[in-house]
Amino acid sequence: MPQTVHKSLPLILAREFAANIATPVTVFDEDGRLVFFNEPAEGILGQTHADVGELAPSEWTKLFVVETLDGTPVPLDEMPVGIAHREKHPAHGPFAFTTVDDIRHEIEVTAFPLLGREEELLGVVAVFWERREA
Amino acid sequence: MKATVWGCRGSLAAPGPQTVAYGGNTSCVQLELGDGTPVVFDAGTGIRLLGLELARLPRRPIHVVLTHLHLDHLEGLGFFVPLWEPDVEIHLWGPPSPVDSLEERIARYLSPPLFPVQLSEVPSKLTLHDLPDEEFALGSARILAEPVSHRGPTVGLRIEEHGRTLTYIPDHEPYLGAGPAGVDPEWLSGFSLAEGATVLMHDSQYFEHEYPSHIGWGHSSVDHAVSFARACEVKRLVLFHHDPMHSDDELRALEGRARALWGPDGQAPELAYEGMKLALDTEVEAHSPA
Repeated sequence: MPQTVHKSLPLILAREFAANIATPVTVFDEDGRLVFFNEPAEGILGQTHADVGELAPSEWTKLFVVETLDGTPVPLDEMPVGIAHREKHPAHGPFAFTTVDDIRHEIEVTAFPLLGREEELLGVVAVFWERREA
Repeated sequence: MKATVWGCRGSLAAPGPQTVAYGGNTSCVQLELGDGTPVVFDAGTGIRLLGLELARLPRRPIHVVLTHLHLDHLEGLGFFVPLWEPDVEIHLWGPPSPVDSLEERIARYLSPPLFPVQLSEVPSKLTLHDLPDEEFALGSARILAEPVSHRGPTVGLRIEEHGRTLTYIPDHEPYLGAGPAGVDPEWLSGFSLAEGATVLMHDSQYFEHEYPSHIGWGHSSVDHAVSFARACEVKRLVLFHHDPMHSDDELRALEGRARALWGPDGQAPELAYEGMKLALDTEVEAHSPA
């Protein structure tokens, strides 16, 4: 049988979907690894996917330190991505983070799980965008 | 393991004088395993003639494995003679859906008004199975079914016996949203099914100039089929799922294009045709279509 195990089809299609739209999107696998983010996301995150590659949860949460809008650090479990991963339902919220070049971004994030048969978690997709003043 | 092609046309049966050489029947491939277990990949219109053949042989449980339920892969099932014989045991395998059972989905076709008889009236000993996520034994072979990029729940199939592998992905658009250049195999739909296969039967429905107007329809252009086979380092590529609008002459041109793209090394790609026999245990027979 095959030696190489590739990503699940929903993750492959999520990546291609993300790669072809102008909305910032990040894609996480079933273990919470950040496996892809698209060029519009690179513009906000201040990193390129080609440079950082796939990142384990412990790695990407260090690279992108997420806070509430008033500056309180947000643990992974309370981020939309963490909620979608753990509870298998969509989650949304406003957050802030500062890139390595010290630019603070205020964003809205919506994350939703990719569920397969029998509620099997295949990954999480998070869509985000810069907050705008009302 | 031996394979016989009973139908390799895609989308719609296309009989007529322009399709004699490669045939007009839709997808159906018969596999004869080392232990004699009859396995059938897909139930397109090609399964009608195969059914007549199997009806002449001693009774054995027959395994029909459906890659998906689009009509060109299912429409022959109602005309498969063993289905109507009470003493025949048939196992029908298909891709799972998160919504309806395999029986419910097949019954949409095998029921009025699309078909005069209901699936529940079939007299053979019919058992329906969702294809499992993990590889499983079927007779003396092992089969792996994995979802591939096509419209609706669709799997590709990899069957191995005695170290030889046939991979069957008749409907596949592996480069949807991305060209072939630079795709990491880890992110390539179908890669683990086709990696290192002895024979790959793969969708090559379109010429390159036809593909742009069919993006997202779930099929491959000839260059994508060749790129996929190269990426998976298969030993032999058999082009499958011929467009119903393509005549024999056009298919010969498509084969020529595939061979030009493939280059001089290794076994040149070839078109599947009705009656094509592949003996995977020895040499793959190199007959030409009529």
